[in-house]
Amino acid sequence: MTPIAELAGVEVDYPRGRALGPFDLALAPGEIVALVGPSGCGKSTALRLLAGLEAPTRGTVRRASGRGETSVVFQAPTLMPWATAIDNVALPLELAGEAKASARQKAADALARVKLNGIDLAKPTQLSGGMAMRVSLARALVTNPRLLLLDEPFAALDEITRRHLAEDVHALWTQSRPAIVFVTHNVEEAVFMADRVVVMTRGPGRTAAETAIDSPLPRPTGFRTTPGFRNAAETISRTLDAAMAAA
Amino acid sequence: MTRLRSILAPWVLAAILLAIWEAACRAFAVPSYLLPPPSEIVVAAVQNLPLLASSAWNTLWVAIIAWICASLVASAIALGVSLNTLAEDAVRPLAVVLQVTPIVAIAPLVNIWVGLENPERGVILLAAVVAFFPIFSGALTGLKAADPDLERLFDLYGATRLQRLLRLRLPSAVPYILEGHKVAAGLAIVGAVVAEFVAGSGGAQGLAWRILEASRRLQTARMLAALFVLAAMALALYALLQGAERIILRRWRGR
Repeated sequence: MTPIAELAGVEVDYPRGRALGPFDLALAPGEIVALVGPSGCGKSTALRLLAGLEAPTRGTVRRASGRGETSVVFQAPTLMPWATAIDNVALPLELAGEAKASARQKAADALARVKLNGIDLAKPTQLSGGMAMRVSLARALVTNPRLLLLDEPFAALDEITRRHLAEDVHALWTQSRPAIVFVTHNVEEAVFMADRVVVMTRGPGRTAAETAIDSPLPRPTGFRTTPGFRNAAETISRTLDAAMAAA
Repeated sequence: MTRLRSILAPWVLAAILLAIWEAACRAFAVPSYLLPPPSEIVVAAVQNLPLLASSAWNTLWVAIIAWICASLVASAIALGVSLNTLAEDAVRPLAVVLQVTPIVAIAPLVNIWVGLENPERGVILLAAVVAFFPIFSGALTGLKAADPDLERLFDLYGATRLQRLLRLRLPSAVPYILEGHKVAAGLAIVGAVVAEFVAGSGGAQGLAWRILEASRRLQTARMLAALFVLAAMALALYALLQGAERIILRRWRGR
């Protein structure tokens, strides 16, 4: 199957030195890939390449480049503080020139999909951290993207909220099946979320190892307690330790 | 209860200080051209009330016009400059030069330019110069203070320059612009008073002229009365703008 997005031999150099690469990553449609690695390994840089927000110094990036085909959720909810939840979600459509009424209708649907009801007119400061993150997720989904990039989206949330959100991301994924790249430094979260976990070396990041997670998506209940989950998490933790020790 | 106490505290302190002042003046028989007791100042204020009120109104009116002029010019320049880094590099140092040059030093020059027969124009211009910088600086900082991740999001969704300005940069700048205007209003009053002093003629009939006039006649109580009216006016204006800022910001961020 042709990949929906691909990084081929990309390297990114910043003035302070190399940040990433050489690094390869090909994403099949509907696939969920987690990037795990130590801080500063270039995970977020890889994500920005896939989003088209940055260009590689060397190598090639192929991506779905149409408006709204790629969406990003950042570590913080990144909402406009002066705008209501529904206006925040409608933003991508309105920037693309969609009429206000239909943009708002789609935004309301997207908010309902992330299980937020009755907060359409709330401002971001009136929402809890988890709710704000859901609004951010709704904004990413409102364009029906083919590629969804999640940059440590749950890092600032408490454990219970992040587990709920992880399950909700899977539930949303089953509706439209976008390819998802999920950046995290939490190994267990990576195993729970992804078909495939890519471990990166210390910066400049390269692929240290890749582990396929053999379980259906969305995960069956009690997945976190199965031997398959434990084994995968331990394998990945060991490669991560090795990746941090090397280089 | 604690709220009431914190509101009352400065009034109580002021009352105590005034009482000490009054008592000391009487006890030591201080001559009133040197330091009149508060009671004499009150009498002077009441006797001169119509004149003080119209002078205060003149100063306030000049300051408001200057503030509005400064707001229009500074906002327009900040907006223009924010669209182009080279323009910003060129303009910012000049704005700083304008800010660090003492207003008293340029006032005589301005008085010559506007003509000695039009002192009120000079006063407005000088007050506007003083009020310019905080508005310019606040607006420019605000226009560049948008969340970098939101900027990336606008990149991702292919926003045009106009969309980015109207939907991201201007709304992000609102708190900064409000703060700049609040600071500038206080400075406009200071600027107006300083400029009236320098103009030093009866042509600009503001509070500064009342102070000068009383000073030349050694009417210290009248001087202090004018001074208190000036302070009260500046304080009222500040409180008004503070309230307006709070209301607008509450609507802006929904809390």
